[in-house]
Amino acid sequence: MHVDALIAPLLNGSAQGALLLLAALGLSLTFGQMGVINMAHGEFLMIGAFAAYLVQQVITASDLSIPVALPVAFVVAGLFGLLLEVTIIQWMYRRPLDTLLVTVGVGLILQQAALHIFPSQGVPVEKPSWLDGQLSILGYQWPFRQLFTILLASVCVAALAAWLKYTSFGRRIRATVHNRDLAETSGISTRTVDRLTFFTGSGLAGVAGVAASLIGGTNSQMGAQYIIPAFLVVAAGGIGQLKGTIVAAWAVGVALAYFAYWTTGSLAQVLAFILVIVFLQVRPQGLFTVRTRSLV
Amino acid sequence: MSTTSKRLRTLTALGALGTTVALVLAGCGARAGDSASAGGTSAAPSCVDTSGDSIKLGFLNSLTGGMAISEKTVSNVLHMAADEINAGGGILGKKIAYIQEDGATDWPTFAEKTEKLLTQDCVAAVFGGWTSSSRKAVKPVVEKHNGLFFYPVQYEGLESSPNIYYTGATTNQQIIPAMDFLATKGVKRLFLAGSDYVFPRTANAIIKLYAAKLGIQIVGEEYVPLDKDDWTSQVAKIVAAKPDFIFNTINGSSNVGFIKAYYDAGLNARTTPIISVSIAEEEAPAMGHEVTGHYASWNYFQSLKTPTNPKFIESWKKYPNSSGVTSDPMEAAYISLYLYKALVEAAGSFDVDKVNAAAKSNAITFDAPEGKVTLDGDNHHISKPGHIGQINPNNQFDIVWASDKFIEPDPYLEGYDWFPADIRKQLVDAAG
Repeated sequence: MHVDALIAPLLNGSAQGALLLLAALGLSLTFGQMGVINMAHGEFLMIGAFAAYLVQQVITASDLSIPVALPVAFVVAGLFGLLLEVTIIQWMYRRPLDTLLVTVGVGLILQQAALHIFPSQGVPVEKPSWLDGQLSILGYQWPFRQLFTILLASVCVAALAAWLKYTSFGRRIRATVHNRDLAETSGISTRTVDRLTFFTGSGLAGVAGVAASLIGGTNSQMGAQYIIPAFLVVAAGGIGQLKGTIVAAWAVGVALAYFAYWTTGSLAQVLAFILVIVFLQVRPQGLFTVRTRSLV
Repeated sequence: MSTTSKRLRTLTALGALGTTVALVLAGCGARAGDSASAGGTSAAPSCVDTSGDSIKLGFLNSLTGGMAISEKTVSNVLHMAADEINAGGGILGKKIAYIQEDGATDWPTFAEKTEKLLTQDCVAAVFGGWTSSSRKAVKPVVEKHNGLFFYPVQYEGLESSPNIYYTGATTNQQIIPAMDFLATKGVKRLFLAGSDYVFPRTANAIIKLYAAKLGIQIVGEEYVPLDKDDWTSQVAKIVAAKPDFIFNTINGSSNVGFIKAYYDAGLNARTTPIISVSIAEEEAPAMGHEVTGHYASWNYFQSLKTPTNPKFIESWKKYPNSSGVTSDPMEAAYISLYLYKALVEAAGSFDVDKVNAAAKSNAITFDAPEGKVTLDGDNHHISKPGHIGQINPNNQFDIVWASDKFIEPDPYLEGYDWFPADIRKQLVDAAG
């Protein structure tokens, strides 16, 4: 076995993990921090991908359009998230099961809307030419596009972590998560916090959608394949734990790639998620846990 | 502390629940062989009303769910064919009054809706379906009620039913021509990439047998679940195997991911071409320039020069909700309604037994956009020309190869000496 046979799954898996992380990052905010189970998260990802397509209709040079599409997708998907929060989710904060069912419905409505608005087979999102080509690592020709996914995920993680840690708004989010009542009595508007958190979480799904549009098809069904792995990754990482989500996403991506290398693509999906489920049986609280003095 | 971890446990449990719900929802698409409504009563006398000046037909396509991306077009083209036939005076002087039902990408729903169309709406025939799972769900229902079902998509063959007419290609009209084309190209090392379900598995079993006969070596075989777009791991294996051609039986959106990962890895139509059996004029635009130069095997292409094709293309472009391009599965759906008209008119009746008896003449033909097709009265498939097209930058296909004559349908591959009887039996049993 050549070195490239061992290194290829590691590199491919890291890129797969990065895409998974992008999809899960928003969930780690809305589900992890706020406890909202948003089953329409995959459709926000789809909205981001369609936003990239629409940006490419205006800015036809794909070299430029993808960098423009990233913030556009963030804002558009974020606004959809905000709309969902204001119209539906805010009435259901203490009813997670109802939220789950309602957002499944919202997801189906968004899918059907996309099916009617766009060509049913989906639309092309052209990859910028600066992502053509490969990087040679120990004999393995690693596609630049994968490196781009990893860089994008890293930037998003760093920005989110810095935002949560160093800005006053981030501190307010964390305060609300740890103890909502105490945060309110300290003068924090938890409603504003909820809305902005939901906007940001949904916006991150939009960014993931741009990355996904460069990897797979952009169509009404694209969100469905990301929602299950993303929830699993957030749960395995530990609820409300950014670093847990990162480690879990990377581990699942790499496990998937090695299993796919040794067995088949279908079996790899089964094996990787059996691994996650067994892990959650052994350690139901996930990789990392939040330590708080909260009473709820 | 303990209450906190309790809350966390609850959240984790809810997450797991959410995942379960999502899995169940996703799983709805995969309940194949879930043949519903085995009611047990014998076929009741037909309730089809032929006394009026119209005849009821049922159209059954997934207008919601994952398969809607493909089946919506089939539904639209069936409407167009019905409008055309009605404008020309209908079938036996009766106008078609169609009832559109949504199969919702759910195979038990296909069975239920077929039951409803046949026994409550009393339609004379049902048209539609796309996946083999949907056809296999409909089959026992039409057989039980002695109804008629017209299925318009190329499939894995190894099936025939007195109650089903197949207007798409069987394997000897699409897979075998593709292999013959590869042989003329001097291909020596072939890699098989497919989605993980019955069509690619069966097609690849056939490909491997024929490749051995043609002296083509199979250097690898990879499958990815139908609903997964990411092909990077498998493409890395393709790079390592150094094939000189890829036989692609991937279906749906997963094809976009495959073509992109392939291009990302530095492979393209110049280095290692791909021949596909599920990429047509409808699918190619969603793949961008990465798909240009690769090949596809179909019976019909929009670029075919036949006497009836220009009118078909023109009518479709003008039709409301048109996708603007014509493709093989929609052409096969268009054929299905006209073939039914020809059958009924030959029989002089809408009665299923009389229609089937008319088919036995082997003289039912239709001047289709792909050419003049003839119905085989025994296996209920139609003759078809084999074509290989190469995708050009406009996402149309340049015809680079054609079979020297129309290929007679042979769903069980009985006329091919390299296809052993024990493997045929094994594959028929596996397909259920």
